[in-house]
Amino acid sequence: MITCEEAARLISDSLDRKLPLRQRVALRMHLLMCKFCPTFRQQLILLRDAASRYREEAYTPP
Amino acid sequence: MKEEQGNLNPDTWLKDHGDYLFRYALMRLRDKTAAEETVQETFLAALKGKDQFKGQASVRTWLVGILKHKIMDYFRKSSREFSFSELASLEDPSQDLFDQNGRWKAEPVPLRDDPEDVLEKKEFWKAFEACISSLPKRLAQIFALREFEGLRGEEICNLLGISSTNHLGVLMFRARAGLARCLETNWFGKKE
Repeated sequence: MITCEEAARLISDSLDRKLPLRQRVALRMHLLMCKFCPTFRQQLILLRDAASRYREEAYTPP
Repeated sequence: MKEEQGNLNPDTWLKDHGDYLFRYALMRLRDKTAAEETVQETFLAALKGKDQFKGQASVRTWLVGILKHKIMDYFRKSSREFSFSELASLEDPSQDLFDQNGRWKAEPVPLRDDPEDVLEKKEFWKAFEACISSLPKRLAQIFALREFEGLRGEEICNLLGISSTNHLGVLMFRARAGLARCLETNWFGKKE
């Protein structure tokens, strides 16, 4: 099993590139077993959504 | 005021778009002087090139397009003066996240709202901007190039002279983890 630290790195990497199969599987397994890393993933996805909205709406957030 | 197609009025540029462009540059460069300089260069370049303005886009979109180039020029220049590869040990908001066994020291706090709702809240955006501003400068720059400008990893590496996408991955992780931790403190974990 990979550690949370390794999983967190992979979660971030997966936002920038397609992970190789082994890493992808390792990450998915970790996410199924771990209570905390899915929350971290949710946070990073929110960050990305926020950033892309920030970009598109060009500084007219609500 | 809306300008007519092909009818550019440089006198009102500064008033109509100055603040906007400055903010745009500042969020990406994280450096007031550099932001002022690039905006100034943008207006000068726009003035020189105003005959090329075709009126297909709004004046603001046109100016932003020029500003983007100026920002990239700035990074290209400054990457010669500052090596991002030496960053490794310098600034790391993620360094205290895990214990020696790679376990979370403080567990991430779940969102208390639906992500879609979060993005509708003024307070969230305040926290978002504040957290980006509190990131170490170089990490904020990298985050902006990736997430605001949408550059690919290789492009960022070339622009900033970063040796490998793996190295960039470390920096992206630090930036994101730092932002997430900051937002937890300032937003996610807060009770209404």
